[in-house]
This record gives sequence, structure tokens and C-alpha cells, in this order.
Amino acid sequence: MAFGSRAASWWARLLSPGPGVAPRGPPAGLAAGLAARRRPYSSGGKEKIDMSTYPVESIRNFSIIAHVDHGKSTLADRLLEITGTIAKTDRNKQVLDKLQVERERGITVKAQSASLFYNHKGVNYLLNLIDTPGHVDFNYEVSRSLSACQGVILVVDANEGIQAQTVANFYLAFEAQLAIIPVINKIDLKNADPERVEKQIEKLFDIPVNECIRISAKQGTNIEKVLEKVIEKIPPPSFNTTDPLKALVFDSTFDHYRGVIANIALFGGEIEKGHKIVSAHTKKRYEVNEVGILTPNEQPTDKLYAGQVGYLIAGMKEVTEAQIGDTLFMHKQPVEPLPGFKSAKPMVFAGMYPVDQTEYNNLKSALERLTLNDSSVTVHRDSSLALGAGWRLGFLGLLHMEVFNQRLEQEYNMSVILTAPTVPYKAILSSAKLIKEYGKAEITIINPAQFPDKLSVSEYLEPTVLGTIVTPQEYIGKIIVLCQDRRAVQKDMLYIDEHRVMLKYLFPLNEIVVDFYDALKSLSSGYASFDYEDAGYQAADLIKMDILLNGNPVEELATIIHCDKAYATGKFLCERLKDAIPRQLFEIAIQAAIGKKIIARETLKAYRKNVVAKCYGGDITRRMKLLKRQAEGKKLMRKIGNVEVPRDAFIHVLKRQPDK
Amino acid sequence: LALCPQWPYCRKHCSYCSFNKYVVPAVDEVAVRACLVREARTLLRLGRVQSVTSVFFGGGTPSLASPHTVAAVLEAAAEAAHLPAGAEVTLEANPSSASPARLAGFKAAGVNRLSVGVQSLDAAELRLLGREHTVDEARAAVEAARGLFPGCTSIDLLFGLPGQSREAWARSLEAALGLCDDHLALYQLTLERGTALEARVRRGALPAPPQDLLADMYHAARAVLAAAGFRQYEVSNFARKGALSTHNLSYWRAEQYVGVGPGAHGRFVPWGEGSRQREARVQTPDPDAWMREVQSRGHGTRRRVALSPLEQLEELLALGLRTDEGITQQRWERFSPQLPLRTVFGGPGEAMALQQQGWLLLDSRGLRCTPQGLAVLDSLLPALLCQLQRT
Repeated sequence: MAFGSRAASWWARLLSPGPGVAPRGPPAGLAAGLAARRRPYSSGGKEKIDMSTYPVESIRNFSIIAHVDHGKSTLADRLLEITGTIAKTDRNKQVLDKLQVERERGITVKAQSASLFYNHKGVNYLLNLIDTPGHVDFNYEVSRSLSACQGVILVVDANEGIQAQTVANFYLAFEAQLAIIPVINKIDLKNADPERVEKQIEKLFDIPVNECIRISAKQGTNIEKVLEKVIEKIPPPSFNTTDPLKALVFDSTFDHYRGVIANIALFGGEIEKGHKIVSAHTKKRYEVNEVGILTPNEQPTDKLYAGQVGYLIAGMKEVTEAQIGDTLFMHKQPVEPLPGFKSAKPMVFAGMYPVDQTEYNNLKSALERLTLNDSSVTVHRDSSLALGAGWRLGFLGLLHMEVFNQRLEQEYNMSVILTAPTVPYKAILSSAKLIKEYGKAEITIINPAQFPDKLSVSEYLEPTVLGTIVTPQEYIGKIIVLCQDRRAVQKDMLYIDEHRVMLKYLFPLNEIVVDFYDALKSLSSGYASFDYEDAGYQAADLIKMDILLNGNPVEELATIIHCDKAYATGKFLCERLKDAIPRQLFEIAIQAAIGKKIIARETLKAYRKNVVAKCYGGDITRRMKLLKRQAEGKKLMRKIGNVEVPRDAFIHVLKRQPDK
Repeated sequence: LALCPQWPYCRKHCSYCSFNKYVVPAVDEVAVRACLVREARTLLRLGRVQSVTSVFFGGGTPSLASPHTVAAVLEAAAEAAHLPAGAEVTLEANPSSASPARLAGFKAAGVNRLSVGVQSLDAAELRLLGREHTVDEARAAVEAARGLFPGCTSIDLLFGLPGQSREAWARSLEAALGLCDDHLALYQLTLERGTALEARVRRGALPAPPQDLLADMYHAARAVLAAAGFRQYEVSNFARKGALSTHNLSYWRAEQYVGVGPGAHGRFVPWGEGSRQREARVQTPDPDAWMREVQSRGHGTRRRVALSPLEQLEELLALGLRTDEGITQQRWERFSPQLPLRTVFGGPGEAMALQQQGWLLLDSRGLRCTPQGLAVLDSLLPALLCQLQRT
């Protein structure tokens, strides 16, 4: 999971209409002009291609993987041009990035696919480029793209060299036993040093220097060579058309006119309109309405055959029906389902409650609509004494949570209370009573309110991740201090060349979810990159800390933390809260407490004067506007006892950790 | 109805001032005068004004205008409506344009009250504020004014200047008490965006005065003035021997007023157009554009917005609570005959809570702040507006 991309891609994901309403080409019967306007090319109106002329031997399925900004999308554009998939113009910029935000921000958010036709040494090849999000914000999304491939092009920037995400992506491909074609991009840059990067690749990935292809995707240098290597080095898929149908759903989108469009890779058999198919996951039966390939718009074909990649429309009404990782098979010809994918794993949980309980139903429908296009958010109903009925939501990170909240506000005009984020902790219960109550001894705690007391627990566990940091060596000292402060344990340290170091640390997850990446970037002037993967649970000394305002607990800020961090975090939260709460007519005591013990305190003094000095003529209109805005704001305040707290105060408080 | 003519010109920009004012090499006073007269006539007729109860020449620097101009506007007011002989006519004067001769001229023109913009009695502070007068000039101007307008001279002072200490403010106040007549206005300096002073504070070139220091200065001043026999009849205004400003009081009582001149604001019912609803009006700010409009249409009203009954009550609340008398039952009923004060604020809710906490009083006289409440009025108003909006 790459942090580098996280911010941007989350924004992109969340601010865009989302995959569900992403333009997927016009529905049949609508003017092709619509598609033409959306994109500088159109695939409408062509003859249907006979896919049977492409047997498995002439098929290559591959992905391009790269660290953020190393040029993945630009290379894809060149490949599409050279194979005649799209016309060669100056305007081909990130053709596969269909979402407006992807183009605006120069990032890839949503994996896309394109079938390329290429003649090499007299043979017509079908090359399926299965794009991955350039900002691999989620491992699962890359791994699912890779599962439809037999090889990858690993793009590395000739100037920046190997970065944390390069390493993570390489291992994903390596573990999937895919053929890897290393490509050094941006050799046209002034500071390009392809030799150094080749040596890094040799040292880290054990790929001989002479196997790297030096290219400039921007200028189109050596692109043909890449295609040749794809054909030579990547094996064709080894599936049989004569086998029963076995189709992997590796992506899906939602079209308002046609319902769910599932991207599929055929691991066996063939599929055509009218076939009755069954989902291995839901056991539901569907009739195929349309199949086709992506070029990169949907282009209907009569059939799809084993080894090929394309799309399918089969009357699925909801995105959830096309579960990513699902296997489709022919009715009455069940097959062993493919292993599927790990679903997006929420890293951060927080409670969400309507400011006013009468808004519960409105908020519920807003949540349903928002999560439809952001399936990585998990939703569980929850309720609390202080906050009423609400939900416990799982997010991929704090920014995700923040943006989600902002979207609710901006798009659905919903005001919500969000609680402090927490990672999924576990507890091994020792109390027989509690074990009976939960029906098991090991429980997962996603809500601090449910944190079981130490007396009834034999051990608390916290989630950990194995983090990879790649940095110029001059920042090592500072980075090591940062990691130690985050309770991380060093696992490895390797010079990938004379100047760059790769560090591996085992981190408690809660130490990195909030702001680790920001801290790392700021102390390395932006040069260090970071990526991490799940590393299971470890025992930890956890306690629950409450924050009190004039003695009343702020349920939103109750947190589970490591006991070593209690004092520093308590002090920090109190200080931040002091800045985030506006002065009021009375003094406010802000305290951090563990059980009954107060461990930190700040005092926010009462207003002694708050009245505008002059109020004549011209000012009054402006003044009334301000007062009315304040009156409106007052209605949205969260009241804790007598204390009024702006709703964004909590997020503001949680944004930075003590070491900043 | 109160009349507020604006003279938009200044000789120099002060570092803290964000008013609508213009520094120009030469003012065509004859033309400006003609326009002020014409617009006053037009708007007073539009408002079907029977009688002008007070006039306040503001600015800019109205003491830069000639007494003749002041006289012409007053004559126009007397012609278009009635201007009773005892009506309060105030002129804002800068010490640098308040020689005894000029002041005598203004008196002859009909001015009977003077508000002198002293701002500070410390030479360094005056420089910081970008004022063009010296401490001596300020003293001389106040003394001249007191001679001509005994019991009717007010002085303005600023506190909370960047770098100003409690002690410096106490000394200034002491000096002002030795100099002043029966009316003082003490304004906490507001660092307005777009002013030179605000920019210097934002850049960190000058220190921003801490909240607690400002509160200390304000409370200290209230105590000193109370001891000297002054009544704090508004947040920033103090008077003794009954020398309250009728004009300003009418403004805080949300009475009608007509603004005349570039950028002037008004609140009145334009009966002359057949309307019965009070309007918020703003005249065109730029003097040249304003003049062209007055010459062609008789007035330079740039924006007019009808105020709903709720908006009028909101303004009444925000303005009325600034005074020590507060909002009387009668005044409230004039704006809201159906919903008396008690109905809106008497029941359980924000006002009751604020009463219990000692910030507010609601009784047979009306609704008003306690002396403690007056100092934190801006924290009370949003809550009261919420309660008002609910009823």
C-alpha cells in the first residue's frame, strides 16, 4: 500500500463520480459522438472482430507497474498509439485514465484495460494491457490486475531510481511468478542515470543489467523494443477453449444504462451472448447480454475465448453482484473457483453519528449512496449513549476518512460527528463471562467504547505492518529516529547503490496511519518513499485514554493507545484541543485521563471581552452576516456538558502526532 | 429620522482605517456640494421624512469640507423635511483641520456638536496610526472645540495598538480625562484587512495585541471612567451630565436613517415609491461615479435590499443590546407587535440560560446586557439569534 499516492488517489477516488458512474463509453444506441466528446478517439461503429483468430499462442496478457510518476500512463499511451489502437496525436495523454480527475491530476485511479493488436514477424498478436492504478494505493487492486496477467513491465524512473513502491510492486509480480520486463524510463531527462538504476535493479531484483530496456515514453524512444520483449518474454496464457468456462472478474464498474459491466479474464472455455452463467460467489444465475473487448472503449465481439480479456454485461443490477475476484462458470458446469482476492482491508475505524438524531435516515441514505462507489469503506451499525444511533465505518486511512466526511457535507449537506480513529486491535479474553458473551476468546476491537478491562484480558494485540522505506542516505539518521519514536523495529537495511538505502521496519499500524508519511516526507525534503504490507498482530500494552472537558468525557476522542505513549499523547491532545476549541463564556478544563487518573491538563480561559468596538452605518450588514453565520455554526456545534466544540475540532486535533 | 451625510475625502491615509475614503489632489467642492444637496433632497422626499431629528457629518474627513457645504446640506434638509432648531448636528473633525476659525465657521453653519478624532495623546502612537496631527494640535483642537461647543464636544480614542502596554493606555486615558468634555468614545483598534497596520501585524513586523491585554485595557478604562462620573451608555461610548449623542443612540435603537454621499448607508422605508418595507441602502462608493449618478438620477443608490421582519429584529437585537438601556418593550413591540419580547426570550432557552449565568436581564423594562454581559456581547448574540430564529 503506497502512501505516496494515497492522498492524491483518495481525493481522486472520492471527488470523482467514482468507478460506478465513470464514463464507460456510450450505451448501445446512443450517439457515438458522446464518446467522441469524452475522449479523443472512438471505437464505435467498427466491424465486430472475430476473436477466434487469436488463439492462446498469440495472446499476451500484461500489466505495467511503477512507482508514482515514473511514467506508467505515458508508456501506455505510446503502446496504444504504436499498435494503432488509438490515433497518434499530441493529445494522447493518459488515454487509459478515463476519469476526469485522473487526467487533471495526472494519476491513475481506476484500473483500465485495453486490447492491442500488433503484428510481429508476420504473426498477429493480441496484447491485453491490464492497467493497474499508478498509485498503488491498495495492494489488493494491483494484485487483482496481476492475476489476469502472465507478465509485467516494471517501469523505473531513470532519475529517481527504485522507490518503495517499485520494490512492493516487484515482489507482487515476483510472487505471482510473472515474467518481468524492466524498463528504465525518462532517459531523455537531463539528470537521467540509467546505468545507476540498472545496477540497482540488478542488486535488488537480481535481474541482469543487459535485460533492462532504456526508453523515453514521452519522446517515444525504444517503444517497439518493449513490445517485442512483451511478445518474446511473456508466455502466452495456458488455457484451453475446450475446457468448461472459467472467467475471473478482476474489475467492475457501473453504468446507469446497462448496469454492471464486469471486466473478465477467461481462464478456460468461451463465452457469448445468450450463455447462462453462474457466479461462484453468490450462486446467482445470469444470462449474458453482451461480451466484448476494451480498446479501451467497450467494443462488442461475438465471443471471447480462453486466454482473452474483455468485458461482460449480464443483467447484474448492483456492483456488489460482480464481486471482484469472483469466478463465473457455465450453468450446470461448475468449476473449481479461482482463489479470488483479499478485499480492501480497512486500516482505520471511526464512529459516525448524525449531529441531530432526526437526521439519521437522511444520513443513512447519503452513506449508502456514497459507499456504492467506494466499496473500500466498511459500514457497521453502532450506537452510543452520548451520540445516539450511528455507524462504525472502516477507512483505508485518516485522509480517506476526512475526505469522506467532507463529501458527506458538501454533496449531501450532512453534518456528522466523527470519533477518533482507531485501528483494529484484538484482545484475548481471560474472563469466562466475557468469553461466553462474545462466544469466543479472541475479539477484535474497532471501537474504544468496547475496550475490555485489563482484568478480564490475558493479552492485548495490535496490528502491525512491514514498512519499506527507500531514501537517499543523508536522511537515514533522522528516519531511524522517527521510526524508533513510532515504536518500529528495524528488520533490514540495504544500500541499493552508493547513495540510496532501503530500510525495512516492523511498525505498529496505529503509529503510521495518521501522519507517518507526512513526517517522513517532511524530514527527507520529499525524497524518501514509503510502502507497507500487512504483518499480522503482536502483543502490546494497550490502555484506553479518555479526554474530558470540564469533567465530561468526549466520547469522540476516547482512544486506545500504547501505554508508553499515554502521557505524551494525552498532553498533546489537550494542547491541540485548547487551540481547536474557541474561548467561551466560562473556563474550560481539558484533561486526559486513564481510568480515574488525570495524566494531563490544559485550561482554556473564559472570554473576558468579546464585543466589536465599533458598529456604525456601513458595518451592520456585514456584521449581521457574520453573526448569522455564527448562529448557524452554533447549531452544528457538538455540546459536551456546557462546552461547545466545533465538529472539525476533533479531526483537527488528531491530524498531527506529538513528534511533529 | 437621522441624516448621515458623508464627506469621502481625506488629506492622508491613516494606517488603520478601512473606511470608504479618497485622497485626491483637488476636490471639486462646488460639484460635490451640489450632489450632496441634491441627493439629500431626493432621499428625504423618497422617505417622506417629516422631521430630521439629528444630522451627523461623517467621512472621510468632513472637517475638510467648507462650512458653506455643511450649511447647504442642512438647508436642503430643512427644506425637504423639517429640521427643528434644537436638532443635534454633529461634525466629525480631525485636529489638523479644526482651527478655531474653521470651527467657528462650522458653528455658524449650524453644527452644534463636535466629535474630535484625537485617537491618541502619545506622539509615537499617532505616528504608528499614520495620523497627520501632533499631540499639541490635538489638545488645541479639543480646547477650541470645547470653547465653541461646551458640553457638546466628544473625543475619540483608540486602544489596543500593537505594542501598547497597560500602563501606556492608563496614561493616555488619564491625559484624555484631563482634556475631555462630557463625551468620550473609546474604541479597541480593529485590525481591518487591507490596511497597512494589519499587513504589518500579519507579517509579524508588529506584535498582535494579546486577548487578555485587550480585555484588561477595556475593563480598566470602564472602571476609570465610571469613577470619573461617566455613564457607559454603549459598548464604546461614555457620557456624563447627560451628554449622550442623540444621533448615535437613534442608530442603536434601530431608528430610520438616510445616508447621503459616496458609500453612505441608510435604513428607511421609501414611502415615496409606495413601499412599506424598510430597506438597507448603500450609495455608490466611488465619489466620481456617485456624482455622475446623482447628476443624472438625483441619487446614487447602488444597492437596496428590503429587510424582512426577522432581519429587522435581528438588527434590533444586535444593535440594541450594545446600549445600557438595551431593547425596551415598547421598541421591540414597534418592530414585532405580534411576538413580544417575553414570548421570544422568556421561556426556557438560550436567553434564560444567559440570564441565569448573569450576562443578560429580561424584565418589564426590556432586554439588556448586564455590565459583565456587555463586554462579551458577541458571544451572546449568536445564541440569541438562534432562539429568535426558532420562534
